[in-house]
Amino acid sequence: MIKMSRRAWLGMASAAAAVGVVGLPPLQRESRAAPLPPRELIRRRNFPNVVLTTHEGERVRFYDDLIKEKFVTVNMMYSTCKATCPLTTANLVQVQKLLADRVGRDLFMYSITLDPKQDTPEVLNAYAKTFGVGAGWKFLTGNPDDIEQLRRRLGFRWANQEMDKNKDFHTGNLRYGNEPLMLWGAVPGLAEPTWVSECILFADWPENRLRDRQRIVEAKSRKASDAGRTEPVAPMTHDHGQH
Amino acid sequence: MHLLKYRLTKRQLDVLKNRKELIKAGISRRDLLKLGLMTSAGVLVDGLSVSRAFGQTTTPTAIDATGAITAVSRSTSQSCGSRGSSLCVVSPPIQPFLDLLPTPRDGTWRIQTPTALSPAPTVAPNTGAGEGRTIAHQAFTEFPPQKFYGVTQKAGALSITSDPTIDPQNLWGFAIGTPEQNNPINVPGPLYVEHYNVPILVRNYNRLPPEGQNGGFGKPSVTTHLHNGHTPSESDGNPCNFFEIGQFYDQHYPNVYAGIKSTHPGTGDIREALHTLWYHDHRVDFTAQNTYKGLAGMYLLFNDKDTGDELTGFHLPSFPQFDIPMVFNDKVIDPSTGQLFFDLFNLDGILGDRFLVNGKVQPVLHVSPRRYRFRWLNTGPSRFYQFFLTDLTNLGANNTFWQISTDGNLTDRPYQVSSARVSVSERVDVIVDFTGKAGKTFYIENRLIQSDGQGPSGGLFAAGQGDLILKIVVDGPVVNDNSQNPATITAFYGFPNTTDPVRVERTFVFQNRGDWEINEKIFACDDIRFQVLKNSNERWTIQNEGSSWHHPVHIHFEEFQTLSINGRAPATSPLVQKGRKDVARLESRDTHVVYFRFRDFHGRYPIHCHNVVHEDHAMMAHWEIVDTGGDTNPRP
Repeated sequence: MIKMSRRAWLGMASAAAAVGVVGLPPLQRESRAAPLPPRELIRRRNFPNVVLTTHEGERVRFYDDLIKEKFVTVNMMYSTCKATCPLTTANLVQVQKLLADRVGRDLFMYSITLDPKQDTPEVLNAYAKTFGVGAGWKFLTGNPDDIEQLRRRLGFRWANQEMDKNKDFHTGNLRYGNEPLMLWGAVPGLAEPTWVSECILFADWPENRLRDRQRIVEAKSRKASDAGRTEPVAPMTHDHGQH
Repeated sequence: MHLLKYRLTKRQLDVLKNRKELIKAGISRRDLLKLGLMTSAGVLVDGLSVSRAFGQTTTPTAIDATGAITAVSRSTSQSCGSRGSSLCVVSPPIQPFLDLLPTPRDGTWRIQTPTALSPAPTVAPNTGAGEGRTIAHQAFTEFPPQKFYGVTQKAGALSITSDPTIDPQNLWGFAIGTPEQNNPINVPGPLYVEHYNVPILVRNYNRLPPEGQNGGFGKPSVTTHLHNGHTPSESDGNPCNFFEIGQFYDQHYPNVYAGIKSTHPGTGDIREALHTLWYHDHRVDFTAQNTYKGLAGMYLLFNDKDTGDELTGFHLPSFPQFDIPMVFNDKVIDPSTGQLFFDLFNLDGILGDRFLVNGKVQPVLHVSPRRYRFRWLNTGPSRFYQFFLTDLTNLGANNTFWQISTDGNLTDRPYQVSSARVSVSERVDVIVDFTGKAGKTFYIENRLIQSDGQGPSGGLFAAGQGDLILKIVVDGPVVNDNSQNPATITAFYGFPNTTDPVRVERTFVFQNRGDWEINEKIFACDDIRFQVLKNSNERWTIQNEGSSWHHPVHIHFEEFQTLSINGRAPATSPLVQKGRKDVARLESRDTHVVYFRFRDFHGRYPIHCHNVVHEDHAMMAHWEIVDTGGDTNPRP
C-alpha cells in the first residue's frame, strides 16, 4: 500500500463528496497549508463574526469584539419571555454581583435576544435597567438571520424539533468559556448563583482561579451565616418551581 | 413562614418565591407590571409552568414524527446531520480490520503493576506533599491496602489504526506508575486485575498539559471514578472531588463485599460480588470531554468463585487467555486536523462515526474453537449499542451466546440470547462458544439504529446492515476447553432478597425543561439533596419524563435490583433486564422501580445520567449516606 500522508489525503478529500465540513467556509485544503489549529476551527465553526447591536446602541462584531481573547458567558433570552428569562436574568444579576470586580474587566457577560424584531436596543436597554444589570454585561440584538445562525452555532438548540421551535427551551443554559484556552462549558442559568459563579470560574485564567475560588467560599459562608440569623423565608435556591 | 397558614398550593408558593427572588434582585412591582411579568392582581406570571406544560405536550406521536428514522443507512454514514448538532463533521474513511484487538492476553493492553509510593500514603490528606484530597480515608486502617499503585494522567500520541492516512491521536491517558517513571500513556487505561479481600491504594497523579494546550477540548482537572465500586466516598471519584495539575490523589479501594460492616460482619455478602468494573474521569461539567479524550479504563475483580481459572470456581473461561475485556466507543476524526473532534456546544449528546474497541478502529480478534468470555463496556459518550454476532456468509443464522452478567454483576444463571443492549456505562459479560466454528469469521455488529445523541430510535438494522465493529476469526489452534458449558450452569450466587422493609421510597424524574434536571431541580456540588441512613434499605422509582431522550441513570456506590420496568417484572428475554445493576437504562418514558441496600460506608455520592453530555449539563444530584438520621424526602 502506498503510504499517504494526512495532508495528501486532505488534498484528495476535496474530491470526496461524502467528506467535509458542510455549511462552513471551505477550509482551503488545496493550499496545503498546515492543518488549522483547533482554536481557529472552533472560531470558524462556533463563533460567526456577525454584526450585533448592544443595548447601549454600540455596533459590535460577535467574534472580533466579544469573544476573541476573552473569558465570557453567553446566554439567550427575550424581553417578553415570561418563562425562565426574568428569573435567569435576576439570578445572573446576583452572579454579576458575586463576580463584581471581574465582570467588565476580564470577564464579559452576553445575553443574546431570541426575538430580535421585538427586542430593539431600546427595549433591551430598558430591560437591562429594570434588572439592575451592571457594566460588563451586554444585551445583544441583530439581524434575525444572524441571530438564528448564532443560536445554532452556539448549540442553543435541541434535536427534538418540537422543542427546538420553542424559544423558551433555549433560555435555560448559560455558556461559559475562555476563547484562547479552548475551555467551554455550560450551566443552567437558574442554578444557585454561587454555583453558577463557580462553574464560570472553571474557565477562568489559571492564575486567577485560586483567588476566585476563595471568594466563592467566602460568599457561601456569608450566605450560611445570613441564613442562620434570619428566619428562613424564600431561600435563594434553584428550586425555581413550576408545578 | 406566615403564608403557609393559607395553605397555598406548591405552585403558588413557587410563584411567590420567584417573585421574591426578583424583588430581592431589586426589581419593583411596577417594573414587573411594565414587563408584563406580573398581573395587576400582583401575581407573578408563572411562565415556567408554560415550559413544563410544553415539555409534556410533546406527545410520543410528535416525537416519533421527528425522532423515528424509518430509512437510514448505517450509522457510519449518517451521523453527520445528527439532528441537534450545531456542526456536521464527518470522519475521513478509515480502513477497517487492519489492527489486532489489544488484549491483556498478549500484553498489548497493559495490566497495572504495583509501584513504590513516596511519600507513603496517609489517612489524612497529605496536602503539604501536594495531595488534592480533602477528606480523610474512612476505612484505611480497617482494610489496610496490600497493594500500591501509581498512575499518571498525561498527554501522549497513540495510533488508533494502521491505516496510514490517519495520524496518531493526541490523547489524554493513564500511564502506569509515577510521573518520574515516565511511562507512556494507555488508552484505555491500564487494566486493574484485583481480588476480593485484597485492598489496594491507587495514587493518581495529574500531569496533564496546562490550559490552552488541550487541542480544542478537555479540562486538565480530574477526578477518577471507579464505576460500581463499593468504595468509600472520598475514594469514589466524586465529580466534585477534582484535583489539579501537579497534584495527586490517593484512592483507597477496600475490594470488600457489601455488608462487611453491617449485615454480614467480617465477610460481606458474596451475592453482592462485582466483577467487571471500569474507571473514568468524572470532572464536573467536563466528564464528556475528558473521557472522550481517553481518560477511561477497566478494573476486574476476581474471587474464589469467579476465579479467572476455568479449572476452579464457576469454571468460567480463564483470564487472560480466554477472558477478553472489550471497551467500545465511538469517535469523530476531524478531517481538518486529523485529530479527534468533539462538539463543544451540543446539549443532546454526541455520536461518533468511527468505532473503536480497546483503542483501535474496528480491530480483529483471533480465537480458537472453544468458549470465551467477553466483557463488553460502552464508554459513550452518548451512543447505545445492541450487539449481535454476525456471520456475513449466513445472515439468516441466529448466532446465540450466553449473557452471564448485567453491569459486571453475575446474573442468577446464564441466559441464552441473540443480542445484548449496552447503553453508556453499562457492562455485559457474555460467553461465546466457538467450538465447531473453526474457519469461520464472525463480527460483533451493532444493529441498534441511532441517528443523534438523544438515544436510539428503537429500531434495528437487518443483519449485516449495522456497524461491524469487531472482526472475530476462528483460526486459532485447537486447545483444551475446561470451562463449563453455560447451558449446564444452573446458578451463580443467587440474589439477595428484595423483601426486607424499606425505610423510605423516593422518586427521581429525569427531565428536560430547557436544561437537564432531576425532579425540577438543578445540580450544584454543595447541594446535598437527600440523606440516606447508613445500613438501611430504600426503594426508588426512576422515571424518564420524556420520550425523545434516553437516560442511562447511574447511581454510585450501590448495586440495585430492578423490581419492575413499566410495571412489569424485568425480563430475561429477548434482552436480559433481570439482575443486579448500577445503571437503570431509561428508554422512552420508562419507569424503573429498584431496591437498594446502602451499607458500610458514609459520605457523598451522585445519581446522574450517564449520557455524559446530559451529565455535564447538570442532569445529576448529590446525596449522602449518613451514620445517623437520614431524611424521608420522597421526591428529593
